[in-house]
Amino acid sequence: MKKLLTGNEAIARGAWEAGVVVCTAYPGTPSTQITEHAAEYDEMYAEWSPNEKVALEVGGGAAIAGGRAMVAMKHVGVNVAADPLFTLAYTGINGGLLLVAADDPGMHSSQNEQDSRHFGRAAKVPILEPADSQEAKDFTKLAFELSESFDTPVMLRVTTRVAHAQTTVELGDRQEVGLKKYEKIAAKYVMVPAYARRRHVVVESRLGKLQEYSETASLNRIEWNDTKIGVITSGVTYQYVKETMKDASILKLGITFPLPRKLITEFAEQVDKLYVIEELEPFIEDYIKSWGIEVHGKDTFSVIGEILPETIREKMGIEVENTVDNNEAASAIPIRPPVLCPGCPHRGLFYVLSKLKTTVAGDIGCYTLGSLAPLNAMDTTICMGASIGNAIGMEKARGKDFARNLVAVIGDSTFIHSGITGLIDVVYNKATTTTIILDNRTTGMTGHQENPTTGFTIKGEPIKEVDLELLVKAIGVERVVVVDPFDLDKVEKTLKEEMAAEEPSVIITKRICALIDKESDKTPYIVSQEACTGCMRCMKLACPCIIKEGKKVRINTAQCVGCGLCVTVCPSGAIKKEGEANV
Amino acid sequence: MSEIINILIVGVGGQGTILASKVLAGVVQEKGHEVKIAEIHGMSQRGGSVFTQVRYGANIASPTIPQGEADIILAFEKLEALRWLSYLKKNGRILINDQRIDPMPVIMGTVEYPADALQIIQDKCQNVTMIDGVSEALKAGNIKSVNMVLLGVLSKFLDFDGDIWLKVMQETIPAKFIDVNLKAFEAGRKY
Repeated sequence: MKKLLTGNEAIARGAWEAGVVVCTAYPGTPSTQITEHAAEYDEMYAEWSPNEKVALEVGGGAAIAGGRAMVAMKHVGVNVAADPLFTLAYTGINGGLLLVAADDPGMHSSQNEQDSRHFGRAAKVPILEPADSQEAKDFTKLAFELSESFDTPVMLRVTTRVAHAQTTVELGDRQEVGLKKYEKIAAKYVMVPAYARRRHVVVESRLGKLQEYSETASLNRIEWNDTKIGVITSGVTYQYVKETMKDASILKLGITFPLPRKLITEFAEQVDKLYVIEELEPFIEDYIKSWGIEVHGKDTFSVIGEILPETIREKMGIEVENTVDNNEAASAIPIRPPVLCPGCPHRGLFYVLSKLKTTVAGDIGCYTLGSLAPLNAMDTTICMGASIGNAIGMEKARGKDFARNLVAVIGDSTFIHSGITGLIDVVYNKATTTTIILDNRTTGMTGHQENPTTGFTIKGEPIKEVDLELLVKAIGVERVVVVDPFDLDKVEKTLKEEMAAEEPSVIITKRICALIDKESDKTPYIVSQEACTGCMRCMKLACPCIIKEGKKVRINTAQCVGCGLCVTVCPSGAIKKEGEANV
Repeated sequence: MSEIINILIVGVGGQGTILASKVLAGVVQEKGHEVKIAEIHGMSQRGGSVFTQVRYGANIASPTIPQGEADIILAFEKLEALRWLSYLKKNGRILINDQRIDPMPVIMGTVEYPADALQIIQDKCQNVTMIDGVSEALKAGNIKSVNMVLLGVLSKFLDFDGDIWLKVMQETIPAKFIDVNLKAFEAGRKY
């Protein structure tokens, strides 16, 4: 049976068909749906782990115990998981272990565009790169075969376009591979120096064997055509090359580490001009250059952003007929950045932070949108969990006075991911940081995943939720306040008090994400044009529903979810629920 | 039209482009076409620009529509129509919902919404269809059904029977909302 699947769905399906028993992940675009779909299969245990490091440790444990395990994360998640990754490469596995790394060229939803292939190579594990959903499924299954035959974790590297594009997949049945025998082998799994020295030898010898495999593997293949131009490519870029360079010969690489040197050399010898077309880093190209082969790549294509079909046409000088020329107008089109949603609980907090001109060490989540104009209420965003550490550093460099109008802002899921250790540092090293935990009862930005603070598992089973108040108290924070972020007066008063206090404090802003709130009255608000004085105070909320019209404002009732935050800032009582008498 | 049909749906996060493209994809598959769809999830959903690229026919390589190859652009918003115009074939068709949604930089007054957006589009394309999707959706009973009105208009330019559209809509849309959506789709089909 054939079915249209996203790359992410196909990877989940591949894991299921391969007999995987454990799937773990921390959500992150573009990888999130892999594990959401994996959780739909009853035969596989699935979990949202607190972070990617734990996810890989759980996956590693499952594999050492003899079961097949898949661990999925976005590219920056691999940074977090790097520690277990590098040493799992030494120990090897027992049941197959697959790490799916989802890169985001063009940064559709990321803070950087690092190339995960560098990590695969640095950890010395093989890297597979599928070009569509069928390959995503097939390569996932193959990855488990390779993992077990070479006794190594395997990296499946996808990019946003492969992860999110839907293409047709031939479905197969699940193959129950069962558990491998578990044996206690300290020399293999206990990486003390004496054993690790021996395992490093194994790793290097394994790379040689993988290199031989790569030379003849069917997933590296040549599609001969005209030999004037030869293109070496991988992943979705292969599809773009096929689409735009119909005459070129193509060497499509399914394994990009270790590279098939002989195959590449043979291909290079038979074409007049050789190109490597790859997104992000010159990973393949640098190897080819190091072998003394003349090749073009990053002299033509950028290391920055995506390569799309039109990029290839432009860079390779391929003319397209019949396009609508819109370059002139395009340069003047206002951008449409994402915004905090109508009804977003974070809006209340950021409105006050903006008003108080507070220095805000920020973090990763929907609330990062509080950095955008007109709120402009964020000073730093580095990585998951960085807010608290950054705030400590600011205080240690500039002194305690600077901390009197400084906060760290972090979401509930991000706090669990890697904010807890930062807060321990606050207490341990006598900083006076005010940390604000934005508890919106979900993992918002990635599309509403459960997390340890929501009270449910990935499969929807109720569990005991982490009590954030108790947790931060146990760390040693004595000043802990819970506020509703829409109670603007209380937020402002609390903020002033807690920032003034020369000791660690935590403010938990608690209000459910507007997108999952099923209980509130969603009747939109409207503005009485007679009562509106045009003071524009409501505009400072940066609500996308409030529109300036002439000297007054209007509410877009199609989008308004009736949160009422604007009512609390309107000094003239001009905003009323739709349908209420005589507004 | 060539052997691959390219349809680009563009709009603003929250306008219902994803459901519209889901129905379209269902219809295309129902007819047994090879299909590829490209979409971006994540940050762009939060009121940012959104797009879905649907390609069907034979021998499709890229999941994204190469610039200048869209047969039809269905734009849920005027500024987004202008933004994606260069993806249209010269003789392609653009269907535009006559709605203006200001992006935050316009709301704040740092840049202006291009008042001549429609004029620019009309100067460059012959086949422009304007749709008052909001009025039609309100008539159908819910302003949120604009997406189905627009899909109804799109369906007039595609070679699929009305019955297939209805069947896929019934399979895709929750029973609670189906009546309004069917009404909105019909209004679009008659537009």
